Amino acid sequence: AEAAELRERLRLVKHTVLVLSGKGGVGKSTFSALLAHGLAADETKQVALLDIDLCGPSIPKMMGLEGEQVHQSGSGWSPVYVEENLGVMSVGFLLSSPDDAVIWRGPKKNGLIKQFLRDVDWGEIDYLIVDTPPGTSDEHLSIVQYLGAAYVDGAVIITTPQEVSLQDVRKEINFCHKVKLPIIGVVENMSGFICPKCKNESQIFPPTTGGAEKMCQNLNVSLLGKVPLDPQIAKSCDNGQSFLSEAPESPATSSYRSIIQRIQEYCDQHHFQEEKII
Amino acid sequence: LIIFPPERSNLAGVRHILLVLSGKGGVGKSTISTELALSLRHSGKKVGILDVDLCGPSIPRMFRVQNSDVHQCDSGWVPVFVDQDKSISLMSIGFLLEKPDDAVVWRGPKKNALIKQFVGDVAWGDLDFLIVDTPPGTSDEHISTVEALRPYRPLGAILVTTPQAVAVGDVRRELTFCKKTGLKVLGIVENMSGFVCPHCSECTNIFSKGGGEELAKHAGVPFLGCVPLDPQLSQSLEDGRDFIQEFPKSSAFPALAHIAQQILDATSQRSS
Repeated sequence: AEAAELRERLRLVKHTVLVLSGKGGVGKSTFSALLAHGLAADETKQVALLDIDLCGPSIPKMMGLEGEQVHQSGSGWSPVYVEENLGVMSVGFLLSSPDDAVIWRGPKKNGLIKQFLRDVDWGEIDYLIVDTPPGTSDEHLSIVQYLGAAYVDGAVIITTPQEVSLQDVRKEINFCHKVKLPIIGVVENMSGFICPKCKNESQIFPPTTGGAEKMCQNLNVSLLGKVPLDPQIAKSCDNGQSFLSEAPESPATSSYRSIIQRIQEYCDQHHFQEEKII
Repeated sequence: LIIFPPERSNLAGVRHILLVLSGKGGVGKSTISTELALSLRHSGKKVGILDVDLCGPSIPRMFRVQNSDVHQCDSGWVPVFVDQDKSISLMSIGFLLEKPDDAVVWRGPKKNALIKQFVGDVAWGDLDFLIVDTPPGTSDEHISTVEALRPYRPLGAILVTTPQAVAVGDVRRELTFCKKTGLKVLGIVENMSGFVCPHCSECTNIFSKGGGEELAKHAGVPFLGCVPLDPQLSQSLEDGRDFIQEFPKSSAFPALAHIAQQILDATSQRSS
């Protein structure tokens, strides 16, 4: 019966995109939030942003929803809406204080992730974006397993240019292959910094082994784009605002927009299968 | 299950154990662990690093020993020495993978089993410091590591954050983890705190500024200092070089040296 409930919810989801990285702190949540805003700019589309980082839920803050709580109704848990067509769910909404820690082992984490998919009343969605914690562990195995009944377009993998990130991201790419998750492409974040004063570029996170470009060539995955560092990005995230709206002229904004468009085009090329034979 | 009393164990010769934690990923835990080890070595100490990040083990490469193998001896696993001096030794799952790109796709129980082995079965010998580098979060690895280390009474934990609120938000939760598990917080490091342009010396707060210091004040724990963004530091880690020895004029050097000094001060307080 549980599996049937899950299937019923996921039947209403047209496209699902997972945002992954082997590495922490490369900008997964930042990207997930901006992807959600970008897709929801089309008011005819219904977008859902699901944050399954249970230990470090960044999404509520980034979406300006800190302090919001989840309400229950007859049809399940209500997502918290940023816009009419953009709903969000995160463990952050279930914690009563910013100091509350989710100190859980794997099985308990898996249980909540299943609930997020089964009990949240998302309704009909055009895009489900799933923001994940770093790594290749319980959360990742579980989300792929539980999404089995849905059509998953694929994963967007985030990295920064340096080898210490790439070495973890290659593992994530291997994880995707192992669980047969298609890879939409890779985003190279924090790709260079232009000094606002003298306009010279610095490679704060140097691509000593060729950056994401070389890695994507070697592993035959798509490089969706490179995004430079911009101090306004961190500010917007901290203030819960969309960087795309706050800094429309930034080179980082044009990079993000072009990447979001490529993801949209990728999804449009694939059709949702109404009946999935399990 | 045989439990050896602490006096007979592989950790009997380790004087001080400290953990490097953060709720947040990518803030520089492995970087700080590495630089702290190098600083302590330059103060004449013998240091070990135990890397319990099983999904993203960064430590081997930061010492340019990523191709090393781990050997067994009578008391367990022999840690990998970084150089002939044998003043820094490492253990990481990175050394146990057949291929560097192999993903460790394990659920909690399997991770917990390996962590118990890493804590109990590595023949560290005599060390002044054992630094335990952790993955982000407050989950299996952290619970298991703290449980396994409890009989050996760790000195405490250093918490690393970057300045912005999104990072500090996660580190607050890590502070709760420390409180709940009885782990003393030695202090907070605010990493990636400002970037000084090498061309014109203009300072830009790329990831904001001050959040780590504020958190330390709010939580009543020591603030160990701000470490700026430094491309020379990133490059040095990429190449597996000794940043402390090779880049004493670098912008990050004073802050990193100061953190090590505070740790040394904390240990002399404990002994007295």
